[in-house]
Amino acid sequence: MQGAAWRRWAGYVVASSYELTHDREYAAIRSTAALIDISPLQKYRIDGPDAARLLDRVITRDVSRCAVGQVLYTPWCRADGRVLEDGTVSRLEEQRFRLTSAEPNLRWLHQNATGLAVGIADESETLAALALQGPSSREILSQLVDASLDALPYFRLTPACIASCPVVVSRTGYTGDLGYEIWLHRDHAEPIWDALIEAGTPYGLVPTGLLAMDIARIEAGLLLLGVDYISARHAVIEAQTSSPFELNLGWAVSLEKPRFVGRQALFEERARGSAWALVGIEVDWDALERLYTNIGLPPQVPTVPWRTSVPLYARGRQVGYATSGCWSPLLKKSIALAHLESASARQETVEMEVTVEHRRKRALAYVRRLPFFNPQRKRA
Amino acid sequence: MSQDYDVIVIGGGHNGLVNAAYLARAGLRVVVLERRHCVGGAAVTEEIFPGFRFSVFSYVVSLLRPEIIRELDLPRHGLHILPLESTFTPLPSGDYFATWADPDETRRELYRHSPKDAEAYVDFGQLMVRMAMAVKPLLGVTPPDPTSLSPRQLRGLLTLGRHFHSLAERDLYALYKLMTMSAADFLNEWFECEPFKATKSASGVIGTFLGPRSPGTAYVLLHHYMGEIDGVFRAWGFAKGGTGGVSEAIASAARRFGAEIRTDAPVAQVMVKDGHVQGVALGDGTEIRAKTVSCSLDPRRTFLELVDARRLPEEFVAAVQRYKFRGSSAKVNLALDTLPNFTSLPGAGRHLRGSISISPSIDYLERAYDDAKYGRFSRRPYLDIVIPSMLDPGMAPPGKHVMSIFVQYAPYAVEGGWTDAQRGALGDAVIDTLAEVAPNIRSAILHAQVITPADIEQTIGLSEGNIFQGELALHQLFFLRPVPGWARYSTPIEGLYQCGSATHPGGGIMGAPGRLAALQILEESGRARAAVGGGRAPL
Repeated sequence: MQGAAWRRWAGYVVASSYELTHDREYAAIRSTAALIDISPLQKYRIDGPDAARLLDRVITRDVSRCAVGQVLYTPWCRADGRVLEDGTVSRLEEQRFRLTSAEPNLRWLHQNATGLAVGIADESETLAALALQGPSSREILSQLVDASLDALPYFRLTPACIASCPVVVSRTGYTGDLGYEIWLHRDHAEPIWDALIEAGTPYGLVPTGLLAMDIARIEAGLLLLGVDYISARHAVIEAQTSSPFELNLGWAVSLEKPRFVGRQALFEERARGSAWALVGIEVDWDALERLYTNIGLPPQVPTVPWRTSVPLYARGRQVGYATSGCWSPLLKKSIALAHLESASARQETVEMEVTVEHRRKRALAYVRRLPFFNPQRKRA
Repeated sequence: MSQDYDVIVIGGGHNGLVNAAYLARAGLRVVVLERRHCVGGAAVTEEIFPGFRFSVFSYVVSLLRPEIIRELDLPRHGLHILPLESTFTPLPSGDYFATWADPDETRRELYRHSPKDAEAYVDFGQLMVRMAMAVKPLLGVTPPDPTSLSPRQLRGLLTLGRHFHSLAERDLYALYKLMTMSAADFLNEWFECEPFKATKSASGVIGTFLGPRSPGTAYVLLHHYMGEIDGVFRAWGFAKGGTGGVSEAIASAARRFGAEIRTDAPVAQVMVKDGHVQGVALGDGTEIRAKTVSCSLDPRRTFLELVDARRLPEEFVAAVQRYKFRGSSAKVNLALDTLPNFTSLPGAGRHLRGSISISPSIDYLERAYDDAKYGRFSRRPYLDIVIPSMLDPGMAPPGKHVMSIFVQYAPYAVEGGWTDAQRGALGDAVIDTLAEVAPNIRSAILHAQVITPADIEQTIGLSEGNIFQGELALHQLFFLRPVPGWARYSTPIEGLYQCGSATHPGGGIMGAPGRLAALQILEESGRARAAVGGGRAPL
């Protein structure tokens, strides 16, 4: 269907898929293992006596509860409680952290570091990152690293060595599966990639592009900045912004923390209630099939994940919109991530617009809790 | 008395042609009278050296109004604007600074020079887009007269007032700063990367007799972003066939609507009787009669040369005399045997497909201005270079190239006047400046054409060689352009209108003055509805 197209990612050129179709790459994520180059992520090293204090000011989660070797997934907000971005914070040492994000945050960190004894270093260009994701990822990685991965819990990290190169291995990922992310110096990227491919090939390791990863992250209910929500930094109008509560990230907001950017606004929003909710949408197969059989066609599903805004209706009125979706090859369902007005988020069903042979139709769809897919092996 | 035409348009530059096209489209009998052998005014393409076609004067399409492209159906008449996506600023250090089509790539390039600026760029861009959206409605309307109490004028003022009132507080402050600060000060609040600031601020001083540290220059920074919010129209770019291609397309549209275009037809006099325009007299004595004359020449040409000044109110004549031209730029066009090879980024790369800016620092630009302040051309001028043949190979023989170099500052009132020797010295200064970053340039030149402000004035009639028909400075914009009280295209003479770049919203290949003047003429003649099919710019 689609060729092995290149696409832009944060000023780098990356593969949509390494083969002519992404099907085998997606299958690897869920059945064997996939190796994905995620180096275009932004990475910042934050260290010094006030490193934890700076991060506590910026992110919505409580850094004091983050042990050395632990990783936090967290959003961060503007003073008005609207989300700037989401990413991870890793506590490498007592006074040393790594923040990862999709977009640059150096200026934002500096602006919030006034008066703090903290060093902020942008490691985005020197630090490469590889994601090794899938059920076989542990077996593959165990062949190469000295550290014991069996003892490494979900969202923890450990220093290690691969092909005589120092790396940090974190049990994290963007696929919702068992998997690891390997953080390494860019000079070591090629020998480490080669070592992983060599050790992984007998286990079915497949170099994997962004299309397959996109399907996996939709199944896992993980948000994509600029697609599922817009950073307050880029929003031209207020209505384009979201709060963490509206993105289903309320669990990552520690209002018990006395101070952080956006706390007051978020405190008020929690008391008041949010306008929007992020949900999963599953299109009813029978309803979809009927729309096609009515005009004499077999049902069709998109072969690649989509990211256009699609209206959702309830009782004839638009109550929300889906922002990205796909046919889940594993779940055999048409699924999407969607924003619904809060009042409609508690409903069991909505209608989603589908285009059937050039005509706009509406198909019954179920409102689901996210994630769609959450295998036990992810945390085991 | 019988009339030859409904309207005579004086001057076949792009605004005169746009004006004529709109008037003809509304069903009026229109003739355009152009002094030169070809239409286009400053937007002309001419084969100065055999096989090499130069956009002799104006060289890029800036802000050509999307409604004009649409309403005159210009693509059907041959308009094709090619993307001019990058800016390359070679530096004396041997490094360079560049901006590219992909915003992330630009961010990474900026990061190389200043990590702080790389992110400020995003926030700055957001602010400027909001500012451009705030100011943009002004481009599409005839300025209301702030001193008039007529209901129409009051309504216009009220709409504008409401529009600005609707801006968020922080945006209003930013707008105020943009209107008052210098480009350098405004950019200093955001950025530290010198070549980046200098290249940006250069767009604030083009066509003015001001430096990047002169107050009021920040406003012009907005123009670039206004191009961006019209994104899909690609209103900022290079016209296939050179800027003459734009004029040809508009002329073709005007002819299709029935306008007649005469070249080699210099107007010597606008005939006036009892305060009413009667028509024009050509250089050879031929008289052409019409009740309406729309003049696209600048106000000095129009009111001090074509019209008998005694027929105008004294204070009006005084205001026209005060109107500032102060041409400050020159043009060097080169026919090249081979491409320039920049030391900082060798080879025939994609950087040669965009604009090339010699603007390494704010200090560099301000020093260039210092020379001009005291009557000299800049020893090391600001250069804005494009290589049209990289985008449109038809501009030169295969494998050969044409290079267009905009040069600032070259003051009209240069000490000693613009003699041949002075022109030669200016050409040398430009080539020397370029040779410092692209040493092969000198040996690549097959032919050089150096155009001083005096040449501009002489060839295409722009007073003092000002490329915008008068400085685009805040005191000469909106309801002050060209003179207070006469910003609505009409003049003290009944039936005589102005439609050139000296009227709101000003110069550049924008076409808005020509269009707005046409709408004003049609409105005053009761034909407004025929002019635009609901195409009036919303406010």
